[in-house]
Amino acid sequence: MNLDIQVEEQEKESIARVTGEVDVYTAAKLKDTLIPLAEKENHRLVIDLSGVEYIDSTGLGIFIGALKAAEKSGSTLKLTGLNERVHRLFEITGLHEVIDIDTGKREEA
Amino acid sequence: MVQTAENIAMKVPAKPEYVGVVRLTVSGIANRLGYSYDDIEDIKIAVAEACTNVVNHAYTEESDSNDMHVNFAVYEDRLELVVADEGGAVDTELFNRERGPVAKDQPVDELKEGGLGLFLIETLMDEVEIRGEKGVMIVMTKFLQRDEVEPNGRRASEESPEHQ
Repeated sequence: MNLDIQVEEQEKESIARVTGEVDVYTAAKLKDTLIPLAEKENHRLVIDLSGVEYIDSTGLGIFIGALKAAEKSGSTLKLTGLNERVHRLFEITGLHEVIDIDTGKREEA
Repeated sequence: MVQTAENIAMKVPAKPEYVGVVRLTVSGIANRLGYSYDDIEDIKIAVAEACTNVVNHAYTEESDSNDMHVNFAVYEDRLELVVADEGGAVDTELFNRERGPVAKDQPVDELKEGGLGLFLIETLMDEVEIRGEKGVMIVMTKFLQRDEVEPNGRRASEESPEHQ
């Protein structure tokens, strides 16, 4: 039940690589990392989820919060590397329609 | 056909760090019963959502109890999971509130961070019942797809042997 987040911060773009499980226990850590990045003005935030094996609604809520923060600060947010399972959850909840998800690098389960 | 269930009961503190413990337990049980990888993942999410609701909403600092009760009833053709709290304050609005996915054209600033949990439970499980007793009780059932199981009880597709 661990969550690891590696952040690569550059002037115009930040990449957050998330590994592990995102649930009610680990979500606070994810939120504390992502929200300040999303609040940067005119910034591009890329969240790489290729190392995420589990996510539930608490995690989805973090991305909604990050998207709202990004929009407010004139920044963009993009998710990449979602595995089939994780992507399916975004589809079921309709979030794939409002969040920019790069399906190009999606792994086949 | 008369069926008696085998029951596994857990009582754990309603704290975030225990949701993963319940999830791991249900994963082990569902795996033993021969559920497919996708079904096991669905069950894990549904149970975690129910537990998360308890952690976030059931108790206040003044509450006498701070436990969540989880029961796994194993039937021949299904797994029935119950997640219950004794928080007393049953939010009747919870039962009737409209649930659904995010609308395509919804403005981003109107999106809500919460509220998808119950919708996910209802989507991922076959039967869901929400009751108010000493607190909120969520009863959810997932049927075992027999045709995906070989006679020896092993899963037809052994795609994730690491799943315990």
